[in-house]
Amino acid sequence: MSEPEWGRLDPRMIVVRPLNELIGLLPPLAALVFFGNVDTWRVVTGASVVGLIIVYGLLSWLTTKYRITETQVELHKGVVFRQRRAIPRDRIRSVDLTAKLGHRAFGLSAVRVGTGQQERTPGEGTVTLDAVTAVEAERLRQALLRKVAHSEDESDEGVLISQLDKRWYRYAPLTLSGFITIGIVVGFVMNLASELDFRFSEVGAFRSAFGWVSHADPVRVVPVAAVFVIVLSVLASLAGYLLQNHNYRLTRQPDGTVRVRRGLLTTRSVSIEEKRLRGAVLHEPLLLRAGKGARVTVVTTGLNKIGGSSLLLPPAPRVEADRVAANVLAVDETPTAAPLTKHPARAKVRRVVRAVVPTVVVAGVLLLLAETADWPTWPWVVAAVLIPVSVVLGLDRYRNLGHTLTNDYLVARSGSLDRTTVALLRNGIIGWKLTRTLFQRRARVFTLTAITAAGSSGYSVLDIGDKQGLDLADSAIPDLIGQFLVKA
Amino acid sequence: MSESEWRLRAPANLVSKRAVLLWTLRAAIFWAVVAGAQAVVLLVVDGAPRWLRVTIVVTAVVGVVHTIVMPRWRYRVHRWETTADAVFTRSGWVTQEWRLAPISRIQTVDTARGPLQQLLRLSTITVTTASAQGPLKIEGLDAEVAARVVDELAATTQATPGDAT
Repeated sequence: MSEPEWGRLDPRMIVVRPLNELIGLLPPLAALVFFGNVDTWRVVTGASVVGLIIVYGLLSWLTTKYRITETQVELHKGVVFRQRRAIPRDRIRSVDLTAKLGHRAFGLSAVRVGTGQQERTPGEGTVTLDAVTAVEAERLRQALLRKVAHSEDESDEGVLISQLDKRWYRYAPLTLSGFITIGIVVGFVMNLASELDFRFSEVGAFRSAFGWVSHADPVRVVPVAAVFVIVLSVLASLAGYLLQNHNYRLTRQPDGTVRVRRGLLTTRSVSIEEKRLRGAVLHEPLLLRAGKGARVTVVTTGLNKIGGSSLLLPPAPRVEADRVAANVLAVDETPTAAPLTKHPARAKVRRVVRAVVPTVVVAGVLLLLAETADWPTWPWVVAAVLIPVSVVLGLDRYRNLGHTLTNDYLVARSGSLDRTTVALLRNGIIGWKLTRTLFQRRARVFTLTAITAAGSSGYSVLDIGDKQGLDLADSAIPDLIGQFLVKA
Repeated sequence: MSESEWRLRAPANLVSKRAVLLWTLRAAIFWAVVAGAQAVVLLVVDGAPRWLRVTIVVTAVVGVVHTIVMPRWRYRVHRWETTADAVFTRSGWVTQEWRLAPISRIQTVDTARGPLQQLLRLSTITVTTASAQGPLKIEGLDAEVAARVVDELAATTQATPGDAT
């Protein structure tokens, strides 16, 4: 089945690539037609952009070819800059299938093949085939990951580890993704409006809303605006959760991979070789943590950080997150829920000081400006109110600091607004970094970083006590740091 | 673990004494450029702001102190050691960093020499592992010592099996 002939991408890509680009351009184009004052030059530029995109689609289809030989995957592509890329098959660590809306309409899928190389520039260690038919994509995924050709049983489902539960939608509003979406949309619309010389004040509804906001009593405006923003962001985050995580399924495949499939319009399928798993990270942003929820990402060699392909479990109950982490890492006791050793009380002082000092400085500067430079008083009052909040934040940061060793994993937790618990395979640690600032030295603590070839390449245990830290490093990997330890 | 505290000892070897000169030159050049740029503005531009004189004086004072203190401090911190199965380095001055890498995880060992280092017959050894988190660097080694260390490391690395991830 590994054919020596060159394969081409599916000819439908001539249409699909421009279509995907056009879907992205649709809102501005529609706005151009409906709202903008339609100048001739705008229509001409618009049309020529569309034309260029279609010609580019045709050229890139003509110039792209790939083949899979016994030993490697080769890809030739490029219109202006010719690129030839070859990846040895035994280096392939992950296969990621992504189908955008345009792809889906034609039953196509993009295939991204990743190697274990850590990327210094995006795309360095990957070959992307954009796109082939969904059937061909599935065949490639199985062929590339299995190393040996198997053609039977195309639709193997694997063993189900976890799948979307409708009740998980309650965690969507707790991720703040809605706020971010609103921010992006507002920014985009504003930009577009100024680009098209569109004035919001010309629309009656906007004008009356602005009028009410600027003239009504602030005591009434603030709660109404807050409710408005919150409702909008809840809706946006629910929509985002639906788009990204619809039909989420996490399975263990018979070919030694773990497979994540999800998405409503753009569907993704990420296959990760189990041999390459180096651990898992549990993310609990403040609100999600308050709602007893968590999100899990995987620590592995060969997945790039762009595009969220490391996601293992979308926001879900904490218990489910622990179960999924344990199941994927193939351990009985989940490392992410293991009881942690606290860090010394001296670390508490550091966490609180580091949280409070910036707020105090900001409040001080604002107070000074209010006294000397005629600034309003409310900024420094707000900053001053935030000082006790930052004390609480610092205390919570300390409360969350912790580490432990399980049979196979090093577990470290830190953070408050975005608490993360990382479980890193002890075998996957390929060195240590110990850093100590002047202040840490006085507090007799240091930061221990486990260096690894996977994920974000270094995972830190913050402000660990001197003795604790050396003990931890010595027991996590025997025979490395031990030879440099002496009795004090 | 016994009752008494264990302590991480410093790596065995100092870097070359000439490294002090290297760091001094580097710092001096940097501060000369920063102060020089401000001086040029002050002399050439009409109506240059008055606070520029203050910043020049501040730059000069900070620059001189940094140029005198930093290299000597660094020289007392920067150390390195290689054993049969590990590379161990210490670097930094105000903030210090210890790095440990097992020989079995080393991928490449290189030396690099900038113009200043060539002038002073110094060399920097860079030991990379499979991680993208910065490689281990031993800066300011005597060029001959560096060449010898690289040869030794290359020999031991080759003798150690494994794919280093």
